[in-house]
Amino acid sequence: MQRPDFSDAGSLDPGSAQAAPPPGRTVLSAGDISRALRRIAHEIVEHNKGADDLVVLGIPTRGEALATRLVGLLAEIEGAQVPVGSLDVTMYRDDLRSQPTRAVGATFIPESGIDDKVVVLVDDVLFSGRTVRAALDALGDLGRPRAVRLAVLVDRGHRELPIRADHVGKNLPTARSERVRVRLDENDGVDEVRIVGGES
Amino acid sequence: MKHLLSAADLSHDDALQILATAEQMHDVQRREVKKLPVLRGRTIVNLFFEDSTRTRSSFEIAGKWLSADVINVSAKGSSVSKGESLRDTAMTVAAMGVDGLVIRHHASGAPLQVTQWVDAMVVNAGDGTHEHPTQALLDAYTMQQRLGDLAGKRVAIVGDLTHSRVVRSNLILLRTLGADVTLVAPPTLMPSGIADWSAAEGFSYGYDFDEVLPDLDAVMMLRVQKERMSGGYFPTPREYTVGYGLTRDRLRALPDHAVICHPGPMNRGLEITADAADEARSLILDQVSAGVAVRMSVLYHLLGGAES
Repeated sequence: MQRPDFSDAGSLDPGSAQAAPPPGRTVLSAGDISRALRRIAHEIVEHNKGADDLVVLGIPTRGEALATRLVGLLAEIEGAQVPVGSLDVTMYRDDLRSQPTRAVGATFIPESGIDDKVVVLVDDVLFSGRTVRAALDALGDLGRPRAVRLAVLVDRGHRELPIRADHVGKNLPTARSERVRVRLDENDGVDEVRIVGGES
Repeated sequence: MKHLLSAADLSHDDALQILATAEQMHDVQRREVKKLPVLRGRTIVNLFFEDSTRTRSSFEIAGKWLSADVINVSAKGSSVSKGESLRDTAMTVAAMGVDGLVIRHHASGAPLQVTQWVDAMVVNAGDGTHEHPTQALLDAYTMQQRLGDLAGKRVAIVGDLTHSRVVRSNLILLRTLGADVTLVAPPTLMPSGIADWSAAEGFSYGYDFDEVLPDLDAVMMLRVQKERMSGGYFPTPREYTVGYGLTRDRLRALPDHAVICHPGPMNRGLEITADAADEARSLILDQVSAGVAVRMSVLYHLLGGAES
């Protein structure tokens, strides 16, 4: 049994925040992240024509922090308190059988539920698309949203399923061998996105 | 961890993780669609050689809510009543290609024995007077829900300790989680060798219930197992109640924050009075409702991942 390894996001990095200069190069700074989230928040309300019926669900671990930030920005922009929750997808993953048992994260669905709502799924990195597929399956067991949208901080390509994001913080062309490390203040004490590894 | 035969199979981390997952499973239990896809395509057989209502049905529901196919085989109405041995029954069932066996047997050690004959994952659902690890997990889960972290909490386990398989599992698990455990029983129902056992495991024991009562965070009343006794353990039921029952007077001596557990089925009026069983501090119904969530968590941890 071990901690969930969200390896397709390449973002599991517990406790190394204190370590000497982290490897790789920074592709998004704290300022870039905050500007990208603000733009995404604007896109969401523009597309939805307001904040009515929105529910924002973050995919643990870092999607939760991003979801909370987005809801804060939506409150600033529209003055509306959008319900926020988290959606753990561990038990819907398609690779459960090929890994040791994973720890299950927390799922929290706001009181208002998701039936007939516009659910915005939030994750840090969109890579193979398998996490999002699992999230869609998990949503299906929780209710029937009117629509599901996907917001990600980084889209690094290499999709293995026909899935795309509606709102992207930054498109980041990467090599498969590289890892994208998202670190957020809430989880890691610092806001940044780095690319690590690869041939370079 | 391939099997769950004893509470001692669980490390501190394992136990905490199973309890944490149980909390998520408990939420699933309150949803409209109570189904998770994690054990799709897996088959679990409940092999029950002894009567049981809550354990068997909660294992069955737990397996089904995780999308496994669950089959119940009980001794009555199967080839066991024609004289088939445990080995033949277990191997016959395993030969059908099952992934998991949940076994209750009147002989201590039967589930361990079965692991040597079959490849399937085995969960001990109660073996003789030995262990009942999932009961201990659900007791710990319910107590934790009410009391928070169990480290340093004082728990007394009271009653028929000699015939109880729950006590051993609970003792081991509560010690793993860092709780202070005291065993209380009349001398006739105290397991033999208790002095060595308590010294080795680091728990205390005593014969005076009233003495420990005011300091407790939780009290676990065990059932007096009439079916395992051939008489002579105590003079009359009334005398047992006076010495070791959770009576109205003892309820008053129990701190307000303390909780009351009983693994069921209860002998109301013998080891626990109706007042105590129906108190707000009583977790007895919570224990039943937690049973499914905890067993879902156990099945998920044993069968959900790759075989190690």
